[in-house]
Amino acid sequence: MTAPFSRRDALAAGFGAVLLPSTLSAQPAQKPAEFKIGVTTFLSGPASVFGVPSRKACEMLVDQINASGGIAGVPIRASFVDEAPGTDHLVGEFRRLVQSEGVHAMFQSISSGSCLACTPLSAELQKLTILWDCGTQRIFEENRWQYAFRTQGYGTPEVLAPLLYLLKHKPDFRTIAVINQDYAWGRDSWELWKTGMDAMKPGVRVVAEMFPRFGSTDFSTEITRLLALRPDVILSTSWGGELVTFIRQAAERRLHERSLMVLPVAEASMPTLGRSMPEGHIIGTRGDHWNNHPSPANPALFNGLVNSYRQRFNEWPIYPVHHMAQAMWALKAGVEKAVAAKGGGWPSDLEMANAFRGLSFPTPTSTITLREDGQGLEDQIVGLSSFNDRFPFAVPKDMIQFPGEQVSAPVGQKSTDWLKTLKPDFIASAGARIG
Amino acid sequence: MRKIEPFLALLLAAAMITAAVTAPWLRFVLTIALAKGIAVIGILLLLRAGQVSFGHALYIAFGAYTVAFLAPRYGDAVVLLLLAAVGAGLLGLVIGLFVTRYRQIFFGMLNLAMSMVFYSLLEKLYHYTKGSDGIRVEIMPIAGQTLDRVAYEWWIFGIAMGLAFVLGFLIRLYLSSPMGEALAGIKTRETRLEFMGVPARGVLLAAYVMSAMLGGIGGAIIAMTSRHVTPLLSYWTSSGELVFIAILGGAGGVLGPFLGAAAYELVRIYAAASFADAWQMILGAVLLLVILFAPGGLWGMAARVMKGRAQ
Repeated sequence: MTAPFSRRDALAAGFGAVLLPSTLSAQPAQKPAEFKIGVTTFLSGPASVFGVPSRKACEMLVDQINASGGIAGVPIRASFVDEAPGTDHLVGEFRRLVQSEGVHAMFQSISSGSCLACTPLSAELQKLTILWDCGTQRIFEENRWQYAFRTQGYGTPEVLAPLLYLLKHKPDFRTIAVINQDYAWGRDSWELWKTGMDAMKPGVRVVAEMFPRFGSTDFSTEITRLLALRPDVILSTSWGGELVTFIRQAAERRLHERSLMVLPVAEASMPTLGRSMPEGHIIGTRGDHWNNHPSPANPALFNGLVNSYRQRFNEWPIYPVHHMAQAMWALKAGVEKAVAAKGGGWPSDLEMANAFRGLSFPTPTSTITLREDGQGLEDQIVGLSSFNDRFPFAVPKDMIQFPGEQVSAPVGQKSTDWLKTLKPDFIASAGARIG
Repeated sequence: MRKIEPFLALLLAAAMITAAVTAPWLRFVLTIALAKGIAVIGILLLLRAGQVSFGHALYIAFGAYTVAFLAPRYGDAVVLLLLAAVGAGLLGLVIGLFVTRYRQIFFGMLNLAMSMVFYSLLEKLYHYTKGSDGIRVEIMPIAGQTLDRVAYEWWIFGIAMGLAFVLGFLIRLYLSSPMGEALAGIKTRETRLEFMGVPARGVLLAAYVMSAMLGGIGGAIIAMTSRHVTPLLSYWTSSGELVFIAILGGAGGVLGPFLGAAAYELVRIYAAASFADAWQMILGAVLLLVILFAPGGLWGMAARVMKGRAQ
């Protein structure tokens, strides 16, 4: 489905002087003058803490890839769409980018809701779609998608890895409280955690399940309750400004001295928190791309990414930067694989998508493989918050690396069903210390 | 002006169809615009009575979730549209019995409260509604016909267009009937209405239920078009959007909401496409310009142009 009309043409035509057939789908694929990608990300609203760095990273990577000859000799051009206005706007923008701008691949989205709404469009419009950041397990567990691939981990490994770390680090805890944001990820991540915890360590008492309103700025009631309940462990999968606020308010009142905190999405908030992050708590980064990764697979590439991002934007990269980079490298690897398979000819949309199934692409820290269902297997590294002279904010120590395959639900199984089958002896065998 | 309104409507419809034919992605945007236009006629009814509802997204979301929940069971667009309209009407009746006791800011705020209660329910009843992730709506048969995607989208666009005409016509009749004229009476002096033996609350309640039904229909079409519903549909910003469209289009005639909705969606999409970072500012600037220089909205502007030409 290609529309011969661009946005500007449609405007110029003043709605209707020219009528053209709306589909010219039978065209043979020709090598384009530029490889267009449409990127959906949050440019406004609370999740722009992830969206804006990812956009910067995307622009930087496009420049870098174009400077070194582009993808299969074709320069890339990225256009961005704000996810914040909601589903009906985003779905419309997705169509516009594919049908009017004629993008060759879509990169979407940060919000799970956006991904759930847009992934079916990848099948309907038959366009390669890379899910570059969203974490919901529902995408590939409830459906099969021919054109959609996720180039990073997802909710299940991102919750299971910190859980396993906790079970190794503090096996004797007896009570837990949860304080998550009241929306899908907050609920889903707690369900995943609880299922895994009940399977591997039955009998832990949940003393409080708190879901403060999404976008809360005051956690004093919750903190008072947590201080009174004295749970051994406090889990929070909150992110962004809310996590910063919660930790600052909790640290004021010494909550961190009574309970061990487990914060699977902490990394992105560490630069903001700086020295006010308490030490010795379990932190995760939705992957293995810590700024202090002790042994990246390709140190030159890793330092190159971190340093060029720092130089250009004067801030440390956070995980969305890495997720965007993974999507970009996957795109390069996949498209070049498809071009090579065609002996240098330009692949059709379907041929391009097929090249991604089973694709392994290198990241600076490791290698990610896209499984047959489209899900990427990204390693997870979890550690304890600590400070050193290299960074003005908390980074992990005593890190444990969990291979992506070990902590992801196998193809065709629902995460909650799979987590129920885990046994206590899995704790000892999972993961390996690094650094 | 009333005389040429039908011609203007036909002209607008022709422009929309041409745009939808030339650019397939615009078909989607314009279907949403038509759906919002239908819902905004409801706002216009209440505006006639001088009441602004800041919570009409409630009925849009209700219609949309009706489609999302019932599509697997009664998977036919025609049946679902009817169910959404009737359901929203009943909900509007229940809520209307309370809110029509109040006027002005209290009316607006109570409506806002109701829609936010519904929003919270959609978020909190996570196991039924899937929370903020929302529910997917699959392509459904229309009047028993199973269709492929492109045909389905055309049909929904056609249904939205047809409904816009039918409902616009009916509301035009209603507004010139005694019941409709009485709405203006509520705005100017309610006690006079009562002296004339017209129950003001009854008049407002009737308009409110009608506006709820229009919202339900609009919401059902939105769900059938975007095919994914999220609680954001009933958030207060969505209600604000409806009022925004009503002001942008102007409250003078039933064509206003459609002018406003089409302009709103197109401005938003072109602003978002050209300036991904600053689309809110552009949208805000457009509204400010309309308020400052064209208090009657786009409809008022069109009316002035026509008048000028007639003289």
